[in-house]
Amino acid sequence: MGVSISLNINGEARSLDNVEPRLLLVDLIREELGLTGTNIGCDTSQCGACTVHMDGLAVKSCTVLAVQADGSDVVTIEGMAEDGQLTAMQQAFWDEHGLQCGFCTPGMIMAGVKLVEGNPDISDEEIRHGLEGNICRCTGYQNIVKAMKVAAQAAA
Amino acid sequence: MYPPNFNYVRAGSVAEALSLIASEDDAKFLAGGHSLVPAMKLRLDAPGTLIDIGRIEDLRGIAYGSGDENDCIGPLTTHATIASSNLASALVEAAGGIGDPQVRNRGTIGGNIAHADPASDLPTVLTALEASIRVENPSNARNIDAANFFTGLFETSLEENELITVIAVPREGAGTGSAYAKLFNPASRYAVVGACASVTLNNGVVSRARVAVGGLTPMATRCGSVEAALEGRSTDAIKEASAQVASDVGDDILEDIHASAEYRLGVIPVYVERALQAACARAAG
Repeated sequence: MGVSISLNINGEARSLDNVEPRLLLVDLIREELGLTGTNIGCDTSQCGACTVHMDGLAVKSCTVLAVQADGSDVVTIEGMAEDGQLTAMQQAFWDEHGLQCGFCTPGMIMAGVKLVEGNPDISDEEIRHGLEGNICRCTGYQNIVKAMKVAAQAAA
Repeated sequence: MYPPNFNYVRAGSVAEALSLIASEDDAKFLAGGHSLVPAMKLRLDAPGTLIDIGRIEDLRGIAYGSGDENDCIGPLTTHATIASSNLASALVEAAGGIGDPQVRNRGTIGGNIAHADPASDLPTVLTALEASIRVENPSNARNIDAANFFTGLFETSLEENELITVIAVPREGAGTGSAYAKLFNPASRYAVVGACASVTLNNGVVSRARVAVGGLTPMATRCGSVEAALEGRSTDAIKEASAQVASDVGDDILEDIHASAEYRLGVIPVYVERALQAACARAAG
């Protein structure tokens, strides 16, 4: 028995009919909306690769049902840059080489944006603590932390 | 991983949620979904119907009591909200150590305690703080002490058609302090063991101690022997009192790939001691 939902995805209003209640938000984003920047890593709410913003909060979209997101504002990595202009966090990941294989990067950026918001002088320790829910299996944390510090300053 | 199929209905009010639970077969309430959805993905649970209560605003938020009144927490209040609240320190501390920021943004206190994971933090804290849990069904409401709410491994005294509507937690007056200390599982942040203490100090003497532990027992466990060994004595007795925890936890000690029963029993006195020390420091102001 499908459900009709509508949500705002990266600023665009979308309505979907006949959504299976068990459809996960991450699968809605990837399969139904074709936005494949959001990755599925562990699929058990630990790795953070599927992190998106839902009504202004960073959430793990592998652990949210699409029907729970009905009526929400959802922002994915595709909604970050405007007119080809990278956000401060994206630019800092580029400049500081905050990625190796790149799989965790969209989730890192979505989590990072919320982590440094309103905290331009965030410490290494605060960043590392705040990234508990995002795992980089290349173990490239050094430059990820560096990028987030740069982005925190740049966004201020 | 997809959860098994289920019917989905959304409740707009407590009354509607209660009427739906009475009429649907094999139904469960869905709050933030951060315990239930993972359990369903792993096929540990497969309810036929999910009643989504996540949009009932009456069930969200904190009403602070004044004087001797309890602080009342709505079951949909997220761990993130509790972690930045003025509730009892142990509760704030424990909520801030659950999972990670993303999990804390969605996970709720009501969902957490209804799930009653033995490695969860909040059951331990609510037991030590002597919280009271209000539950309602279509015709009745009752209050359950936290100590009677958790009845076993993933088991509570909730009846099938009951909804948690309030979690009432005593306010901490002057001279009282509480703390939560846990050994984190490094991947999941669940408690391998956890200890919560609430203490009242009177001229350097512990006049009242409440202690509970979790992670090593099938459910949060009150530690009467530790409490008795500390009450009426100075904070110098904390280490000695903490060692009494072995006689409070019984023989049914959990073990898994993360820690043997022997290890959990060995390490728990350390965490009881840490929780008591921190609670006493807070009680002393």
